[in-house]
Amino acid sequence: MASVDIVDVRKYFGAHPVIKGVDVQIEDGEFVILVGPSGCGKSTLLRMIAGLEHISGGEIRIGDRVVNDVPPKDRDIAMVFQNYALYPHMTVADNMAFSLKLKGASRSEIEDRVKPAAAILGLSAYLDRFPRQLSGGQRQRVAMGRAIVRDPQVFLFDEPLSNLDAKLRVSMRTEIKSLHQRLTTTTIYVTHDQIEAMTMADKIVVMQDGRIEQIGAPLELYDRPDNLFVAGFIGSPAMNMLHGRVDSADPSRFVTRDGVVLPLGRPRPDLTGRDLVYGMRPEAIQLGGSVSIQVDVIEPTGSESQVIGRLGAAEIACVFRERVSVRPGEMMPVSIDPAATHLFDAADGRRITAA
Amino acid sequence: MSVSTASPPAGTKASFFERLSQSRNGLGLLFMLPAALFLLCFLTYPLGLGVWLGFTDTMIGRPGIFIGLENYEYLWHDRVFWMSVFNTVVYTAVASVLKFVLGLWLAIILNEHLPFKTFFRAIILLPWVVPTVLSALAFWWIYDSQFSIISFVLMKAGLISAPINFLGDPTNARLSVIAANVWRGIPFVAISLLAGLQTIPASLHEAAALDGATSWQRFRSITLPLLTPIIAVVMTFSVLFTFTDFQLIYVLTKGGPVNATHLMATLSFQRGIPGGALGEGAAIAVAMVPFLLAAILFSFFGLQRRRWQQGGSD
Repeated sequence: MASVDIVDVRKYFGAHPVIKGVDVQIEDGEFVILVGPSGCGKSTLLRMIAGLEHISGGEIRIGDRVVNDVPPKDRDIAMVFQNYALYPHMTVADNMAFSLKLKGASRSEIEDRVKPAAAILGLSAYLDRFPRQLSGGQRQRVAMGRAIVRDPQVFLFDEPLSNLDAKLRVSMRTEIKSLHQRLTTTTIYVTHDQIEAMTMADKIVVMQDGRIEQIGAPLELYDRPDNLFVAGFIGSPAMNMLHGRVDSADPSRFVTRDGVVLPLGRPRPDLTGRDLVYGMRPEAIQLGGSVSIQVDVIEPTGSESQVIGRLGAAEIACVFRERVSVRPGEMMPVSIDPAATHLFDAADGRRITAA
Repeated sequence: MSVSTASPPAGTKASFFERLSQSRNGLGLLFMLPAALFLLCFLTYPLGLGVWLGFTDTMIGRPGIFIGLENYEYLWHDRVFWMSVFNTVVYTAVASVLKFVLGLWLAIILNEHLPFKTFFRAIILLPWVVPTVLSALAFWWIYDSQFSIISFVLMKAGLISAPINFLGDPTNARLSVIAANVWRGIPFVAISLLAGLQTIPASLHEAAALDGATSWQRFRSITLPLLTPIIAVVMTFSVLFTFTDFQLIYVLTKGGPVNATHLMATLSFQRGIPGGALGEGAAIAVAMVPFLLAAILFSFFGLQRRRWQQGGSD
């Protein structure tokens, strides 16, 4: 096990920069998730840690060792690929034992390592099968088994669940998390799915366009997003965002472009005259109150009710624990918990902290 | 009256075509007919005729009679025939091994990220697309006993004092024709194996590299096993082409010196056409069949889906 330090790492494809100076400190034993939309550079960063991509600038350290020029095979890391990359001509057992065989491990040693790993992953019955004869979830487990057998310093996962169906994805999520709790090996995991990031990570690194937008614990990102991008990316349904200004007559009120009046936690006379974005999570909206929403769509999920409606001209989503009995087209009175709202500068998208 | 007698056949005729157009097997047979005719005329008939001629004493200008296995008995005691069998086997074995090794090597190089990769991939095909007779004529000059460019260069470099007698000495001649055949056959092997290499996902190599494999270990345990199905196809074809080679030898040596480079194909032609003994020539050609069958059987078993290729899908 080891810590991983990424210091001002850059990557160019030709003259085109894809990673534009990234700093991340990953503690020993931490589960870190790199998350961001397609093309944000998260997979490239992971492949640079693995040694599969050359590092154009900066430094990557695994433990105390700078690995910039260390070939992948000497970095002591294991990686689970999106397409699993199982060797099709080897059985499950041989796939898992491949790295040990290369190291010249004895047959009994290989068995001692492969058997327990297979047992952990529920693969004991499939050791003699070939990858083609397995289901997607089983292949996924073999790929993880191959990594576990290595007992590496760091596990790398490159969107490992994106080829699985929704139900399997949820159960594999739990499995990977409990596996990490059991092995406590430093893990870096790439995904574009913010739910995966929220549910599994100790620390989330949100990336966009080759830069880091924010690093923090899942709930930290959820409760205090640094900017509009993170606010919109983390959370589902996404945060509602309304453009407007602080009311100059009464600085404890926010007035949207459409003239809708919303409460602020406390008066912000310092912000009057600035173009702002008012953010509220769908669950910050409660039933009953002085603000009225015109209901467009109601989506009951059983445990909660999602209501999509309009506040002025802006579309907003609400999530209620209660079951609601409104109908499309009706006006629904709601209130907003001012403590659960966020203010962002409309110009640069940054969070405005309490003055 | 006449109407009533004419209508039933018309009715059955219509219903026959109707039934045909509805019948899967009937239509299938109908559509296969042109191809079947083509194969019968141009494949089955010449092959059958060849086999038949092998059992006769037909000469050019004289229809023969059935003489049973007499041609084969004669060949059994013919040292030149056995020499040609030996030559063909050596020629095929050495040239195929060289083509495989060099072709695989070339394919691997072309699969790397090289500058002007597409350009090299294109020119590599040149020896394959040039008509054999043309390249054979070029080799004829390269191997000329007086004007050979190889001899010229080596003499200029001071490595040899007299021109090499490429096609006049039995051993030299054998090596020379093999070299020419390898030159001509490499592109087929290289391009086919390159296509095979490109079907191996890059992530397998990356996974193996992370698992600690050196590049040689990656080649041995990833590339080669995954390439075997394609190697089986390519080498079967390569062996068949080489075994039945005719043009190259006929232009370069005509089987000489002293039959040292006579292959079964060239000997068959030599005895059958210029020699006039059609029956005997045909018998030599038929004698190639067991060897070719062996190669086909080899590929049949080599091409069978391996256990890891069976079941499920990707």
